[in-house]
Amino acid sequence: MQWEVVIGLETHTQLQTNTKIFSGASTAFGAEPNTQACVVSIALPGVLPVLNKEAVRCAIKFGLAIDAEIAPRSVFARKNYFYPDLPKGYQISQYELPIVGKGRLTIQVGDEEKVINITRAHLEEDAGKSVHEDFHGMTGIDLNRAGTPLLEIVTEPDMRSAAEAVAYAKKLHELVQWIGICDGNMQEGSFRCDVNVSVRPKGSDKLGTRREIKNLNSFRFMQQAIEYETRWQIETLEDGGTIQQATVLFDPDTGETRAMRSKEEANDYRYFPDPDLLPLEVTADDIAKVKATMPELPEAMKARFEQEYGLSAYDASTITASRSMADYFVAAAADFGGEAKLVANWVMGTVAAKLNEEGREIAVSPVTPVQLAGLLKRIQDGTISGKIAKDVFAAMWAGEGNADTIIEKQGLKQVSDSGAIEKIVDEVLAANAAMVAEYKAGKEKAFNGLVGQCMKASKGKANPAQVNEILKQKLA
Amino acid sequence: MINSSLKELATLLAGKKISSLELTREFLARIGRFNPKINAYVTLDEEKTLAQAHAADARIGRGEAGPLTGIPIAQKDIFCAKGWTTTCGSKMLENFVAPYDAHIIEQFDRAGAVNLGKTNMDEFAMGSSNETSYFGQVKNPWDKNRVPGGSSGGSAAAVAARMCAAATGTDTGGSIRQPASLCGLSGLKPTYGVCSRYGMIAFASSLDQAGPMAKSSEDLALMMNVMAGFDPRDSTSLQRDKEDYTRSLNKPLAGLRIGLPKEYFADGLDAGVAKVVEDAIAEYRKLGAETVEVSLPNTRLSIPVYYVLAPAEASSNLARFDGVRYGYRAPEYTDLLDMYCKTRAQGFGEEVKRRIMIGTYVLSAGYYDAYYLKAQKIRRLIAQDFTEAFKQCDVIMGPAAPGTAFKVGEKTADPVSMYLEDLYTIAVNLAGLPGMSIPAGFSHGLPVGLQIIGNYFDEARMLGVGHQYQQATDWHKRMPEGM
Repeated sequence: MQWEVVIGLETHTQLQTNTKIFSGASTAFGAEPNTQACVVSIALPGVLPVLNKEAVRCAIKFGLAIDAEIAPRSVFARKNYFYPDLPKGYQISQYELPIVGKGRLTIQVGDEEKVINITRAHLEEDAGKSVHEDFHGMTGIDLNRAGTPLLEIVTEPDMRSAAEAVAYAKKLHELVQWIGICDGNMQEGSFRCDVNVSVRPKGSDKLGTRREIKNLNSFRFMQQAIEYETRWQIETLEDGGTIQQATVLFDPDTGETRAMRSKEEANDYRYFPDPDLLPLEVTADDIAKVKATMPELPEAMKARFEQEYGLSAYDASTITASRSMADYFVAAAADFGGEAKLVANWVMGTVAAKLNEEGREIAVSPVTPVQLAGLLKRIQDGTISGKIAKDVFAAMWAGEGNADTIIEKQGLKQVSDSGAIEKIVDEVLAANAAMVAEYKAGKEKAFNGLVGQCMKASKGKANPAQVNEILKQKLA
Repeated sequence: MINSSLKELATLLAGKKISSLELTREFLARIGRFNPKINAYVTLDEEKTLAQAHAADARIGRGEAGPLTGIPIAQKDIFCAKGWTTTCGSKMLENFVAPYDAHIIEQFDRAGAVNLGKTNMDEFAMGSSNETSYFGQVKNPWDKNRVPGGSSGGSAAAVAARMCAAATGTDTGGSIRQPASLCGLSGLKPTYGVCSRYGMIAFASSLDQAGPMAKSSEDLALMMNVMAGFDPRDSTSLQRDKEDYTRSLNKPLAGLRIGLPKEYFADGLDAGVAKVVEDAIAEYRKLGAETVEVSLPNTRLSIPVYYVLAPAEASSNLARFDGVRYGYRAPEYTDLLDMYCKTRAQGFGEEVKRRIMIGTYVLSAGYYDAYYLKAQKIRRLIAQDFTEAFKQCDVIMGPAAPGTAFKVGEKTADPVSMYLEDLYTIAVNLAGLPGMSIPAGFSHGLPVGLQIIGNYFDEARMLGVGHQYQQATDWHKRMPEGM
């Protein structure tokens, strides 16, 4: 039987506010345990929540970015359960009436574009942390994170492969950073995904029973976890078994998922509207104010890049995959002033490859956009060849200075003096009689060999066009 | 002096006829004498109290005194007060020293009032007799075999026995008005949102409201001037202009329209109480008021609705008492779940546990719509009843409680009979309206309160209505014998 996997995501994004969602305590990461736990964070008797308006603005920003309905009235509810790092014994979240309603996000998988529907996004508070090390069999509680604002973003079960799920997660990850609502730091838990996976016979329109993989904080693990989980579910069904609804965890060491709790053990959270908070009203004016602060979104920027810079759809899409890459491109193109396609090729090619190799972010690239533009200018004016430019780039990356300095210091300036090139050509022809004979016998390939020899003899500095021309003359 | 009004005390203090220190010592002496029998206070801290009195005297000396500067006030033990043990009447918080001040406490500090101590109360404000307190029942100063009412029973007894000049209370379903009625004093529950709930330990957040308990309506008005006001730390606190609650005290009653809900004078009301209330209303007519019959048809549903909503909110509000961060923790347990279970089984009393279980039940999947949602809908109908009634009248009057103070232990075995104590008060909380009780006479030697219900934010008018009655009568000046 042919199987189809159906995937939906729930993503917790930590909002970049200075203070917590319901108190004035700081949200900075990495402080000494419980130093950012105020009376509200500890849930002392008598304390009350007050909503952080900045968190609301972040949610509105997100709603605008995914073209969603923003609820004029949403309601905070209490999700009741006991856990030591949940100080009030309930989490304040939005349940029946979330602030952000239906929206959509377009992803690119290979050459295909696909729209992923977003069901809702709601505001809620994060829990603290239980610390099990260093307490000799006891558990320590750190409430610094308790009350940090989260936006939980829920999709429809629209994805049909691990690749699509990862593409969505990456796109979302980029978007929340693009609009400045989340720092995207996955190691620190600023962006965490729960993935719902089910399988069904291909062609069926009924959903299978899902299992939820909790708390994935890397795209690689997400890919592995979904692939494993899909295989496991298909094998179970093919062996005549059934899938029980469950929450599972992914173990990166074994590459397997294992069940945490089944549906039967699931909590009854006894949601009800939080009487300490009034319904959240968002007016058209509030939305307009946030709209005025919105940066240009990736889709719009992509279209603009195609128009303004003459980039292909693919290039424009790649360049706008992240705001930092787009910013880098724009800065380099502005300083360069020439053919933007050349800038795009370098940014997507050499620059991206080098960053990737070293696991660095483009915003902190050792070669600045202005430095890159300086290098491209020298290609354009024929000072160096594209090949030499790669060496100059490597030197710039290593911190040896600007392109001009390096070209000067290392004597990399292209030789365009025809006398000097003729001399090289003559030497090469004399030393490669066999190749010359081959060429004359009709083997076109031999010509390229001779060009290569000339370039080698000039240490790459000879102007390739001139070499070609002179060779042709001499061999005619 | 112990019978002096707040205004008289302020005059004595301002005229240096007496110092705050002397006044405070006088009340402390009375507490020393009577509290062992009455058990109105659970925490006293003479050092802190006298330091405040001393500071008040200095302030008076500098000519910076306000109306309540130097006046000794009792605080219900539901308000967190920095450095004070704050128990909420529970073993769960027996050793909890609050590290911060409730808004109400801050307001009294700013006013220069002196905190005499923390008063006893039903555990987490759940009760109508003060018998659910972990720290022992409070005795009614009018008859020590009887209850003072609850949950603000300690504050009520402290005012009745003149162990303070005035006190604070909180009222979720009648917890200020019913004990005021049973102890013969004046008590006001303001409109929901007028007094900040910040630092007031939550029972049922959508119903809880702080208010003053004192000897007279005039004293209540002076207390309200300190207690009321917007507080950004409470999202349900109302952003309104500061008002002077004494402004209508001297307004004549001529033309006042008093609504009398027929449902408040029906079955369930003690005949002696009915007589007192009717006499009080007759007095109002004499003072120039008119009466009109009104109907509050959904009032009969207020107790069932309340006993769905209040426990639902309480079950969640009290989840934080889990033994993890502060408060009581069971001495022995095997694992986390066992720690939670034992801590809460041992730390909470029977009534609190009963309500947590009711609340958990009504919020459970499958029951939520039938109980919680339904109750919310009826709550709106109850509020609408009042809106309709206030089209015909300015204030509503009736009994505050169905009977007078009952005997200790009389109703503890039957929770429902205890819940019926709030028959006339609960609807006011459900609607968020202001309500007060003032002494209107006696039945078999026990005080009876008259309840005055006003429209939203009509506290000043209600206080005037109370004050005018108290100018014509002296029920509010009566004091229990032997005190």
